[in-house]
Amino acid sequence: MPVDAAPSPLAGVPYEPGVDKPDPILIVEGMRKAFGGLMAVDVHKVSIQRGLITALIGPNGAGKTTFFNLLTGFDQPDSGSTIFDGQDVSGFSPFRLAKMGMVRTFQLTKSLTRLNVIENMKLGAKGQVGEGFLQAFLPFFWKGQEREIEARAEDLLARFRLAHMRDEYAGTLSGGQRKLLEMARALMVEPDLVMLDEPMAGVNPALTQSLLEHVKSLRSQGITIVFVEHDMDVVRDISDWVVVMSEGRVIAEGPPEVIGQDPDVIDAYLGAHHDAPLTVAQEEQQLAQIEVQLDEPGTDAP
Amino acid sequence: MNWNSIFQQAISQAFGLNAVVFAMATIGLNVHFGYTGLLNFGHIGFVAMGGYGVGMAITTFGLNPYLGLLVGIIYALLFALILGVPTLRLRGDYLAIVTIAASEVFRIVVRSTTLAPLTGGNTGITAFAAPFYELNPFTERLYSFGPFFYTGPNLFMITIGWPLVILVTLGIWQLMRSPWGRVVKAIREDEDAARALGKNAYWYKLQSLMLGGAIGGLAGILLAIGNSTVQPDYFVPVQTFFLWAALILGGVGRIWSPIVGSMLFWALLTITDGVMRGLQSTGAIPSWLMDGPQVGQVRFMLVGLGLALLMVYRPQGIFGSRQEMMLDAR
Ligand SMILES: Nc1ncnc2c1ncn2[C@@H]1O[C@H](COP(=O)(O)OP(=O)(O)O)[C@@H](O)[C@H]1O
Ligand SMILES: [Mg+2]
Repeated sequence: MPVDAAPSPLAGVPYEPGVDKPDPILIVEGMRKAFGGLMAVDVHKVSIQRGLITALIGPNGAGKTTFFNLLTGFDQPDSGSTIFDGQDVSGFSPFRLAKMGMVRTFQLTKSLTRLNVIENMKLGAKGQVGEGFLQAFLPFFWKGQEREIEARAEDLLARFRLAHMRDEYAGTLSGGQRKLLEMARALMVEPDLVMLDEPMAGVNPALTQSLLEHVKSLRSQGITIVFVEHDMDVVRDISDWVVVMSEGRVIAEGPPEVIGQDPDVIDAYLGAHHDAPLTVAQEEQQLAQIEVQLDEPGTDAP
Repeated sequence: MNWNSIFQQAISQAFGLNAVVFAMATIGLNVHFGYTGLLNFGHIGFVAMGGYGVGMAITTFGLNPYLGLLVGIIYALLFALILGVPTLRLRGDYLAIVTIAASEVFRIVVRSTTLAPLTGGNTGITAFAAPFYELNPFTERLYSFGPFFYTGPNLFMITIGWPLVILVTLGIWQLMRSPWGRVVKAIREDEDAARALGKNAYWYKLQSLMLGGAIGGLAGILLAIGNSTVQPDYFVPVQTFFLWAALILGGVGRIWSPIVGSMLFWALLTITDGVMRGLQSTGAIPSWLMDGPQVGQVRFMLVGLGLALLMVYRPQGIFGSRQEMMLDAR
């Protein structure tokens, strides 16, 4: 949490799994999902504070992606309820949740490869008149709206350093650029809650920093963010609150400084984390790569 | 070999009733597969719906002929609903299986003796087209101009059919450059991405299935009136694959490809037929190798070979973009 921040809305909230938040945008209760004999998600309660950045961390296979799928309607839980913005949305389909303001991105990016970048962006906008079958034949009714949407899309593309790719097929983008496009596209929906599944994975380190800045700027616009991330440094840098999952369960909650010291969390990570530490040579190579890329803005390692 | 006559026949076929019907039907298939990514392997079923709709409306139900045209479209729309509602929530392959099965089931059912009072059984429906031909200005039996020669009724349907094909093409062109088109193309690329952005993918797929199905039905209406008959055994599954051949020939997901693909398909079919018959009559193809009727079969083998070569050397079809094609392979 930034040192100079105003008193946190979460001050005084105890650091324990499932704890209630003063102003929750999302409350999940009793959510379970089994794949055969494997209990992939078994969450008693999670409550997400409005307007903050919450990190969801945990070793590979902890159930984070499955949990996202259950919350966003892409998968149906065996049991459990979701309350979004005070409304019970259990069993709602993904498109309905998105229209209500809960928008997600995917761990494996879903860029619409044979649409160009600007069309990808424009797709995200809500309430488009021209998406009606009959209206589609009468451009008179939606040309104006289309221009507004395009202007907003171009603005976002510029912020995400994708403006130069505007008219290219999304399929020609590098892996990192696709992550950026997916995040920018999600913002076109004008969401209240953004759920990002590993947004930094595969993004080259030079871009990671600007991506983090974007996430922070979303918070200052009042958007709530939940994101999955492996890198503890990133989590410490931008998140206000951390929820830790392991083997489908929430094992700890709290501010990042506290979570970083939690013996249960360290245990869960050491027990199951497979990332090999960098050798000195690898580290030097990466740094060299970053320097090269900083010299030519806009390029991005795949 | 009479090249002149082969050329004349090929040109006449390229602009003839068969090509009109194929072009119209293929526009529907292009909406389904080319723009929305729906795997429809029973498109000839939609064509049959149009034909049987108009035929049954007039003969069986005794409706006004123009109302009959509407019934043809309604049959096709209902067929789309019946196939789409249960399958479009599932993975794409379910639609493929259900369409091919349903179109064949429909053909077998309507040709059954039990239903003969309604559908004409295996002889189909005739004697419904006369009211439409009251409008036909081409009263002579045969017309010949330049390389073209058509019967009067065929010429009538062609002069109505091609402008209609162009009109529908322009309609689809407008639709696909609208936000509606953007949504269906997004669904073609990745349905989940579209849903995550608040688009009701199921509903758009259903709309697309109905639209392309209705266009297929329109093709069936042109076919039925043009031939003054609806024959159940025209609607065999292999016809669906000829429509696919025409679409792939032109280039999937391109606006003019159904028209050009269909014209080429019929021209090529006519040319291979003419050339082989010519070779046969000069003795270049000995009769122990191939007799008269077999030529008709072999020309489809040659068209198949041609398509296979197209896939190797120009997989994107005539209008397709190679760049776009390669993106798909990633
Ligand atoms: N569709 C599925 N079928 C069977 N098992 C699955 C499926 N999806 C995920 N799993 C399993 O559920 C567990 C949680 O996976 P996941 O949610 O992807 O974890 P994370 O995102 O935290 O790495 C893993 O053991 C994974 O193998
Ligand atoms: Mg995951």
